[in-house]
Amino acid sequence: MTNQTMKEALKQGVAELARSLARKDFSSVELTQAYLDRIGQHNTELNAYVTVTNEQALAQAAAADKARTAGTAATYAGIPFAHKDIFCTTGVRTACGSRMLDNFISPYNATVVEKMSNAGMVMLGKTNMDEFAMGSSNETSWYGPVRNPWNRTLVPGGSSGGSAAAVAAHLCPAATATDTGGSIRQPASFCGLTGIKPTYGRVSRWGMIAFASSLDQAGVLTRSAEDAAILMQMMSGFDPKDSTSVDLPVPDYLATLDQPLKGLRIGLPKQHFAAGLNPEVEKQIRAALSEFEKQGAILKEVSLDNSHLSVSAYYVIAPAEASANLSRYDGVRFGYRCDKPVDLEDLYKRSRAEGFGAEVKRRIMVGTYALSAGYYDAYYIKAQKVRRLIKDDFERAFKEVDVIMGPTSPHTAFPLGSKTKDPVTMYLEDIYTIAVNLAGLPGLSVPAGLINGLPIGLQIVGRDFSEAQLLNLAHRFQQATDWHTRTPGVDGSN
Amino acid sequence: MALELKDIENIAHLARLQLSAAEKSEALSSITNILSMIDQMQAIDTTGVEPLAHGFDASQRLRDDVVTETNEREVLLKLAPSADQGLFLVPKVLE
Repeated sequence: MTNQTMKEALKQGVAELARSLARKDFSSVELTQAYLDRIGQHNTELNAYVTVTNEQALAQAAAADKARTAGTAATYAGIPFAHKDIFCTTGVRTACGSRMLDNFISPYNATVVEKMSNAGMVMLGKTNMDEFAMGSSNETSWYGPVRNPWNRTLVPGGSSGGSAAAVAAHLCPAATATDTGGSIRQPASFCGLTGIKPTYGRVSRWGMIAFASSLDQAGVLTRSAEDAAILMQMMSGFDPKDSTSVDLPVPDYLATLDQPLKGLRIGLPKQHFAAGLNPEVEKQIRAALSEFEKQGAILKEVSLDNSHLSVSAYYVIAPAEASANLSRYDGVRFGYRCDKPVDLEDLYKRSRAEGFGAEVKRRIMVGTYALSAGYYDAYYIKAQKVRRLIKDDFERAFKEVDVIMGPTSPHTAFPLGSKTKDPVTMYLEDIYTIAVNLAGLPGLSVPAGLINGLPIGLQIVGRDFSEAQLLNLAHRFQQATDWHTRTPGVDGSN
Repeated sequence: MALELKDIENIAHLARLQLSAAEKSEALSSITNILSMIDQMQAIDTTGVEPLAHGFDASQRLRDDVVTETNEREVLLKLAPSADQGLFLVPKVLE
């Protein structure tokens, strides 16, 4: 493969790579090696990958090439990508950004991992993330912060910051991610990517390390809606191993990408265009919305009356679920164990104190408090009631409009270290995204502009199981604009 | 009701987390701030509202009571920090 061909190959997304591989413009082994080389050159500065699986990737690529020669290759066989290090991968360390799992080699594959592997996709490695997905800046990782490829003094967003940085810097064409309160959409906004969090239950959570089980959902970060459609097709579907997986057929996401938008009713929540939103972001979001108007959509103001309470309710429910989920890390069965425990209680307490980072411990304590005797009704039940009100707000809005749009984040990426001292400031980062998880709805962020050279995202929220529609809208927007094609130019070659 | 250091000690014990003195005082201040943010939701009247545990309000799916898992004791024991003869080892619990 010539240098020029390689450079071209590294610019291609999933859909285009499938065509190139089918035409035999290059082999999967050549493509995979090109990515591994590029990771070798740039990962030290970005810290996007925590594990690079060189040998395994090349073996998977060789198998895809062989299948292609034999005429038996699946459409997307041989295309490289990365997994967020929250998905269990057999034989490969799955650390979830935590010292607690630094020595954990998973004995099984997550369902998502299994599905992508069966499609012939080539895993390049595992991406960095906030510890147990608790963070909005990728600064809580045991493996250190990830840097934003658009400007290395800034955060990439979190918790899927490693996946976002890797895709934005062309260290992979696409990556898996997870979203409990905004962890796919906010990094997508900060890194100029398409990121989709599907409806709760659409993608199996089996083998995806749990943070807050009623909110966690897997999705993808890509450089186009078309690529997101391809990968969502691969990942979605019923899984008997996940008791909250939904048994509904997966529509053909590619088939409806081009559907016209005429008559589409778009709701603009007035609370998402209020104080706190950077005026430049608002201007660009409104410009993006006018693109949809040009294509025949109708804009209408809606009200999500209780959206100002979503962060409050979330920071009871998510920590409460986390405190229960993370009780399994006890230094006995797997994961980190402290040195020379004097008794069983010392073993538990020191293993957990040394194995977890500050933010994880903080949330475990908040959750423990909210669930403890005397506070359960005032915090946990109250938060669940507010959750109902938040869901009702969306249901009311969806009687008047088909989708809801607004900014994904109130601003562009912020400097590393600027919000780590004050947890509440960091929590408010997810102000526009968190309610979507509480209601279980699908949400997508699409690149919608640049401010001083930094990307911003437009959030599109739909009714339950409306992924096809969200991808359709994002695709139509990308046909009319070129924000999604802007890249940070890590070495000037893009 | 304001949190006190002894509340933090109690929570840390319930969560089985050992905290240093510095960590306790940091936790007191940050958790106090978090709770005051959370307390904004107390302002709204939720009388008569059914709690929502889950986006879909779904009930637990049941399956037939048949064995689907194979015995993976050896594989799983290999992940343990300390194991011997099919058992997880911990410090002595009984004298």
